[in-house]
Amino acid sequence: MSIDIRAPRPSRRAVLAGAGLFSLGFHIPFAAQAATLDAAPAAPEVNAWVVVKPDETVVIRIARSEMGQGTLTGLAQLVAEELDCDWSRVTTEYPSPGQNLARKRVWGDYSTGGSRGVRDSHEYVRKGGAAARTMLVAAAAKGWGVPAAECRVERGVITHGPSGRSTTYGAVAAEAAKIEPPKDVVLKDPKDWTIAGKPLKRLDTLPKLDGSQVYGIDLKLPGLLNAAIRDCPVTGGSVKSFDAAAVSGMPGVKRVVQVGDSAVAVVADTFWRAKTALDALPIVWDEGPNAQVSSETIAATLREGLDAEQAFVGNKAGDVAGALKGAAKVVEAVYGVPFQNHATMEPMNATALWTAERCEVWTPTQNGEAALAATADAAGLPATACEVYKIHLGGGFGRRGATHDWVRQAVLIAKELPGTPVKLIWTREEDMTHGRYHPVTQCRMRAALDKDGNLTGLHMRISGQSILASVAPQRMVEGRDPVTFQGLNPGGPEAAIGYTIPNILVDHAMRNPHILPGFWRGVNLNPNAIYLECFMDELAHAAGQDPLAFRLKLMGNHPKHRAVLEAVAEKIGWDSKPPEGVYRGICQTMGFGSYVAGAAEVSVSDKGELKIHRIVAATDPGHAVNPQQIDAQVAGSFVYGLSAALYGACTVKDGRIEQTNFDSYPVMRMDAMPAVETILMPSGGFWGGVGEPTIAVAAPAVLNAVFAATGKRVRQLPLKDTDLRRA
Amino acid sequence: MARLNVNGVVREVDAEPDTPLLWVIREQIGLTGTKYGCGIAQCGACTVHIDGAAVRACSLPLSAVEPGQKIVTIEGLAPGADHPVQQAWAELDVPQCGFCQPGMIMASAALLAQNPRPSEAEIRQEITNICRCGTYNRVLAGIKRAAERGQSG
Ligand code: FES
Ligand code: FES
Repeated sequence: MSIDIRAPRPSRRAVLAGAGLFSLGFHIPFAAQAATLDAAPAAPEVNAWVVVKPDETVVIRIARSEMGQGTLTGLAQLVAEELDCDWSRVTTEYPSPGQNLARKRVWGDYSTGGSRGVRDSHEYVRKGGAAARTMLVAAAAKGWGVPAAECRVERGVITHGPSGRSTTYGAVAAEAAKIEPPKDVVLKDPKDWTIAGKPLKRLDTLPKLDGSQVYGIDLKLPGLLNAAIRDCPVTGGSVKSFDAAAVSGMPGVKRVVQVGDSAVAVVADTFWRAKTALDALPIVWDEGPNAQVSSETIAATLREGLDAEQAFVGNKAGDVAGALKGAAKVVEAVYGVPFQNHATMEPMNATALWTAERCEVWTPTQNGEAALAATADAAGLPATACEVYKIHLGGGFGRRGATHDWVRQAVLIAKELPGTPVKLIWTREEDMTHGRYHPVTQCRMRAALDKDGNLTGLHMRISGQSILASVAPQRMVEGRDPVTFQGLNPGGPEAAIGYTIPNILVDHAMRNPHILPGFWRGVNLNPNAIYLECFMDELAHAAGQDPLAFRLKLMGNHPKHRAVLEAVAEKIGWDSKPPEGVYRGICQTMGFGSYVAGAAEVSVSDKGELKIHRIVAATDPGHAVNPQQIDAQVAGSFVYGLSAALYGACTVKDGRIEQTNFDSYPVMRMDAMPAVETILMPSGGFWGGVGEPTIAVAAPAVLNAVFAATGKRVRQLPLKDTDLRRA
Repeated sequence: MARLNVNGVVREVDAEPDTPLLWVIREQIGLTGTKYGCGIAQCGACTVHIDGAAVRACSLPLSAVEPGQKIVTIEGLAPGADHPVQQAWAELDVPQCGFCQPGMIMASAALLAQNPRPSEAEIRQEITNICRCGTYNRVLAGIKRAAERGQSG
């Protein structure tokens, strides 16, 4: 662990302060959770966000999901900061999506993706904490018959200055609950924070050390049965027939059921017996219209898109065609990325209990409200007759947010056994072959350099799959998928390009294969940063210029992009010679509201073996809620990004995904893990995410260093498919 | 009926002999700290100790467990969860989602039992568990800290 936190200071580099945040941990005792839906809190709530118990325990409600990223602790820090409570007494709980529905969405949006856990809710959760503080103080002041303005609070103890009397939050909480909520509250200036912004320990660590943390897969309920499922290996196919009688006598088997058009499940007393019977179950598939599709046919479709007439425009200025025509030198290259599986450590699972009147689901989800909608839909019941209990997630990375295919399946199975809770667990094989994959794209880069090696024009043609077209068509803009252009937008607070190029065109020829896409941690920022930042490196070499200097010339109007890039350059020692045999690469991008840059040091042996020695990563997230958790997120993002860049590829043959488990879909392990040095340089004034942005700089930093080491430009990922031995 | 000694308690279990030990522990014995991640000895989420050695329980059939063997799961690693590895993990806030961590902790504890002062290269070689959240650098730091603790105390 290494983190370099840079406080705001006026400097030539501009802006260095604060830090963005993604989020921290949290744990609901299962018994409490599985109990009754409307279980009233033991103490009355002060408001929707805060409950203070007579023993001074402060329960902070968290709407977003904790999946390892730390949102739970981060959000609790923000509430506790405004509440001025004793942090050592803080616990957390998830209000259920059904409660949110019943209370007119008092907890706001439950969706936990796009690195939004903190940045989209910081304001209203802080206001919730501040309002609760006002009410608690008012209750104490009322009891004493003194003006609230004469009272102060420290760590949950309210003191009346003039008389010296004091009381506690726990003692006045019941009275506070009756006080009219304040109309307006003033939030603290982040520079006065004492809980938020501090590198506090996570709230959810201890149960993760002794096996007591309950994940969805661990759920126990009285009378619970278990299900294993097999969906048609080819998306778009269906079940023709299956021979239930062949397995119905096997140990523990209770039922064999068809699930929707395309899947079959075995329900048994234990999961292992369900899976064993499913493996023995003869199923005949109708593989449907996609059974001939392969990675090669998909690649050919995308190649055609590289030259297609029609394309959606994401960024356009000047006259690229003219610039290319008048160029002293035109540089061109085609890049591509394959499908990736999220491969959360905990496979998809959900437990459902259905009756004709009501349906309840227990599941790890990044979006409780979407899970509730999927439950109601599959159950054939109104949402008000359904409930979802969010169980701790063994990883999410986007897989557990947008679609709740596994929840639908679980409900459909439970519907066949009214009144009996059924837990559906996907095998790793099911998870690998029925993902919602990082979309496949190719990109043709074409650039104009003038006689002095200046970049005068850039055409970036992305060809390939749109996530929104499949997952959220309502978010398309006149047929265009705006997410495709992450990190390439002409401006805006979310994901703007960091270069000023006089003539630029970024466009997208949409080509959607049948393999279903999804939001995969980092989303389109990942390929876009590879395309742009590796190509920038190519251009610098073509222009005979230093890759850092070449970029900086284009970044005069982009001080925040520039600041993070300069920070990593300085820390990795860009101006000095690397150790013998070690080579460097550098890059930057912007996404999820944060500015990020990466630098890598690598070596490549004579046998072509790559070793990544060192990573430096800088993030300017505006405000930082928990620096030590941000450090963990940044280090983890390199594992995720480099796993994909080095080894990850889901390939298609006969219409189906070929990789079935971690033997054929290798991921980074400790032996390959580089040291990661995190620079956190929050410049204040905005709130960016930290769970995803640095993933995007992982691959280009390393690929550029690989080029420096070998002279080989890896343009089609993953890198393992390229022979790095010196020619 | 097979008899298993798990965390010092002898239990009778009713499962087919080819049932992997992982699922016997999770479903027959009801200890869910030991996780399923791959089922093919790739990820290490299911790591338990058998007579002190780390074993990937998803790939060991019940029939291969000898009657006298002592199985320890994450729940039984140390009373009060105060094994030096668990202490180091708490101090360094190692887990993210935590799903791989019981396996990480069991693998790390077995490594230190066998090799109390592993070099960094040995740790990287021996700990092959998968963590998709990417906690490897803190796991590495945690093992080093636990090793120091072991030597001094
Ligand atoms: S579940 Fe046993 S090694 Fe993965
Ligand atoms: S902490 Fe999530 S997989 Fe390791």
